[in-house]
Amino acid sequence: MELVSVYRAEYGRCVATLTRLLGDIGLAEEAVQDAFAVALEKWEALPPNPGAWIVTTARNRAIDRLRRESTREARHAEALMLYQSDIPQEVGPVKDDQLRLIFTCCHPALAPLAQTALTLRLLGGLEVPEIARAYLVPEATIAQRIVRAKKKIRDAAIPYRVPAPAELPDRLPPVLTVLYLMFNEGYTATSGGLIRTDLCAEAIRLTRELAALMPDEPEVLGLLALLLLTEARRPARVGPAGELVLLADQDRSLWDRRLITEGHELVRRCLRRGRPGPYQLQAAINAVHTDGAASDWTQVLALYDQQLLLLPTPIVALNRAVAVAEVHGPAAALEALADLELPGYHLLPATRADLLARLGRLDHAAAAYDEAITLVRNETERAFLLGRRGALGV
Amino acid sequence: MKQYLLAVHSVEGEPMPSAEEMQTLFAQVDAVNEELRAAGVWVFAGGLQPPGSATVVRVESGSTTMTDGPFAETKEQLGGFWVIRCADLDEALAWAEKCSAACRGPVEVRPFEDEPEA
Repeated sequence: MELVSVYRAEYGRCVATLTRLLGDIGLAEEAVQDAFAVALEKWEALPPNPGAWIVTTARNRAIDRLRRESTREARHAEALMLYQSDIPQEVGPVKDDQLRLIFTCCHPALAPLAQTALTLRLLGGLEVPEIARAYLVPEATIAQRIVRAKKKIRDAAIPYRVPAPAELPDRLPPVLTVLYLMFNEGYTATSGGLIRTDLCAEAIRLTRELAALMPDEPEVLGLLALLLLTEARRPARVGPAGELVLLADQDRSLWDRRLITEGHELVRRCLRRGRPGPYQLQAAINAVHTDGAASDWTQVLALYDQQLLLLPTPIVALNRAVAVAEVHGPAAALEALADLELPGYHLLPATRADLLARLGRLDHAAAAYDEAITLVRNETERAFLLGRRGALGV
Repeated sequence: MKQYLLAVHSVEGEPMPSAEEMQTLFAQVDAVNEELRAAGVWVFAGGLQPPGSATVVRVESGSTTMTDGPFAETKEQLGGFWVIRCADLDEALAWAEKCSAACRGPVEVRPFEDEPEA
């Protein structure tokens, strides 16, 4: 059991460090897996520094392996590199290595699904079937994406380094997107099994690592705050019968106070830096929602106004309209939604339906709910919409 | 060091730039070429005549056939390219950005296979 938690905590770090030592992700993975197999055999108690033990063992195993397989010139060269490098014998995982690996996995030259799959596989240590289940994609697809991505990293020489500060504005967003999507994927699937909860935990763990590695990037802190404040409300989000409970109706005593305190503290840290960004604003909105006994909608609307300037997307406009309804009433919100288009997204007709119902336009509301019900994919959300639709009585 | 092909494609049926625009494009591409040379990245580059000028040569079971026109009858055809030598994909992508801006078209970046060790 202990080995499982060591594996989860150390796998990504060790692969990252071995990738630097060996110059190849595939070799690094093999070596780390070898080392964990040895650990399974040899460990009676945890060594004082399990990560360092794994890295040292993996390195020695890799040298052995290269010796045996050094028929090919390339392998030989790699072995030479290993012998000649002046790394000390006892070497633990190096934090910067993990950061390098995140940026390699989330390189913009890789497709989004490949970025996510690779990040989960290499840094999260998740197995291919777990990733496939989490994304409802066939295992073969995930396996193929990972193999192809690793091949492209090698063939195209995608570098293994942290981008220079000048490059960060372009390179950090895909990393944050991968972490955010990873969390969302886990969070929306309320009816899904444990694996989905695992995705949330993994996204938070990796974002924590990123925040520790880049404490001066406010958007990283903003994302971490956003994830913590969302995660904090999870216990209240689903009722006793597994039904969806809206924010206003949630039992606030079920919220995780520790996560909320941490999230609020992070939002304050972001505010002090004065460099707002989309994740920070979304975190600030969630901070308002989790502050006091009820949401301060005027403040939420002001934050959405700012968000819409930074990120003028239909999703932000939709979320803003929900705040408009609370501050200026459902008619104003409906007007704000008038020209919005989000093909295939159930929450647009669902929001319209709710506003129409509040205005007493029940037939229109029913039609909008029907549209939302045909689009929704998550069963819990479908049940919620069906309930709302039924309550209209038309 | 790795070598990368930066390929520019022409799309059939797209309006030709005016003579004046062409002059601007040439000047911009010349400037990038100069930069590539100065940085020691340059290997080779060139623009191609339209695909109609192509001939495909094929040797099959000892006999040679020639066909008029490009190998693949697609709307998108190779219009020109650079071959550059740099340390990694990030460097190649940064150059591709400059090349794309200069020639005002998308640039496909493709790594060459590694040369066998000497």
